[in-house]
Amino acid sequence: MNQFLAIVIDGIIYSSWLFIIAVGLTLIYGVMKILNVAHGSLYALGAYAATAFGGYWLAQGYPPIGSYGMLVLAAVFVGLVAGPLIERGLLRLMYGKDEVVLVLVTYAVFLILEDMTKLAFGVDPLSIPEPYGLLGSFEIGELMYPTYSLVLVLVSVFVAVALALFLGRTRHGKVLQAVIHDREIASAVGINVSRVYLVTFTAGVMLAALGGALTAPTISVQPGIAAEVIVLAFAVVVIGGLGSLGGAALGAVIVGMVRAWAVHKWPEVELFSVYAVMALVLIMRPKGLFAAPEARKI
Amino acid sequence: MQVNKPSQSLKRPPAPGVDRTTLMLVGALVILLAVGPILPRWAMFMLNVSLSWGTVVLGMLLLMRTGLVSFGTGLYYCLGAYAAGALHHFYGIADVAVMLAASVAVAAAVAVVLGFLLAKYRDIFFAMLSLAFSMILYGLLVKTSALGSTDGFGLSVKTIAGFPLGEWERNLMFSTTVVVAFCAALGMHRYLSSHQGRLASAIRDNELRVEYMGASVRRVIHVNYVISAALAGAGGGLVGIAIGHVDPEMAFWTTSGEFVFIAILAGTGSVLAPFLGAIIFETVRSFAYEYSPNTWQLILGTTMLLVIMFLPGGLWSIFTRRKAA
Repeated sequence: MNQFLAIVIDGIIYSSWLFIIAVGLTLIYGVMKILNVAHGSLYALGAYAATAFGGYWLAQGYPPIGSYGMLVLAAVFVGLVAGPLIERGLLRLMYGKDEVVLVLVTYAVFLILEDMTKLAFGVDPLSIPEPYGLLGSFEIGELMYPTYSLVLVLVSVFVAVALALFLGRTRHGKVLQAVIHDREIASAVGINVSRVYLVTFTAGVMLAALGGALTAPTISVQPGIAAEVIVLAFAVVVIGGLGSLGGAALGAVIVGMVRAWAVHKWPEVELFSVYAVMALVLIMRPKGLFAAPEARKI
Repeated sequence: MQVNKPSQSLKRPPAPGVDRTTLMLVGALVILLAVGPILPRWAMFMLNVSLSWGTVVLGMLLLMRTGLVSFGTGLYYCLGAYAAGALHHFYGIADVAVMLAASVAVAAAVAVVLGFLLAKYRDIFFAMLSLAFSMILYGLLVKTSALGSTDGFGLSVKTIAGFPLGEWERNLMFSTTVVVAFCAALGMHRYLSSHQGRLASAIRDNELRVEYMGASVRRVIHVNYVISAALAGAGGGLVGIAIGHVDPEMAFWTTSGEFVFIAILAGTGSVLAPFLGAIIFETVRSFAYEYSPNTWQLILGTTMLLVIMFLPGGLWSIFTRRKAA
């Protein structure tokens, strides 16, 4: 019983983290039909920016509670700088090309950002443990959990609810849905599609960076984290169905629970279980669990 | 509905038999075999690895002509290397010919099975599912302590088809790679000019029309997938033997990404292109590692963007464009 509870709680925590790192990817794909391989690098960039912003804040001797604000600020900063730069400077030249070509373009961006991060922040591991340690821990039964994990869960629920409300209940959200549904008709009825793309991409980058910034206190930030995260994010969004918000949430929960189960019950398959689920879902439902049927185009 | 431009090979069908490409291949074979023994060790090693990688990318060329980009070639590359390594590791077999045969056989056998699934997939879904399969292998190898987990294990060779390598090992291995690469390229060239091979670009241009004409798209894709896997397996076996070590990184997606990079850089215009691309890639990488290790990927990424924007046919299209003018 205790182990079951531990699996569920670990699963929830891990799922929340997965959702935060994957939701930006599915948002960008849904609107722009770009499978953004550089998403992992933007996550890494967020993590690095968090160590820089948070480190600066703490070094100045300001109250440590403010470091949480710095984590968010780091993510917003990365989003506002990298988002428009990549979308306006590069992706805009590529619209209309094949989806696979766009994968290759963002793969090139991934390679470039990998080295840019190394040049900017060095190759030594960085860390910012203060926000993690500050909150202490809490107990459920006999199990101890860091309170910071609870923050992750709350943030991911908040992001999910906010995005769902935005898409379904606001005018801008409905404009976005119109663009998702049919780009040409949307622009024919007067929607500024180019601006929608810019805003969406920036928001997606911000979410990637937020994932990185919130993860930074729990890991050592070093080269290589981008390549690991991006395949996990792929697994999550592909399971749920590319471009579907609910799909990303479902994918995160499935992957999170499977992995938590594997860690407790069968540690040897931990890493492999995630991709096994991904392959299995792709085999059963090639377009993911939440994807709508599509008419065959000639 | 979108209008597809006719692909290169449809416009200018390559003539079968002894043509320009075959002559160039034979020329390259003779030159490489002759020059091999007098090359310095580092250059011979670099060329050896380049040609092995070129063999892998040759398989990707076939898939790309079919309109498919795989982010999971590492699966077969790694399987080939581990198959060769495992023979030595567990059974003490140290014969190059047996090892390479095992590399190709294992890769092809796995591809036959997975091909039944993958032949239904296109575009990014093909890329994603192949990625998932290669990451499964990576995850398995990392946790398998009998195969050395993340460290992998070492291997060495003693004979080739029963003939002892002795002090000529380095030269003979280089020649083996040259011959394997030559046979692969020539075979691929003949295949691409055959009826079945020409269907590849037809499928990329318009699948539905190919079906109407009575060919089975799924069967062609399946066969091409197995061929490309076998080549990746051979390349993996050769690299494993050349380096004397195999590890799970060979199945990680970034390895597949490097193959994709070479394929894009080289272009799919000729069976010679992958080898040219691989040689350029290896040379630049060796020097970049030496002099500026933190800007290597920056160079790669920028080059890739430039190629996609200004040379969609890859470096090889420079030659063909000049010829057309």
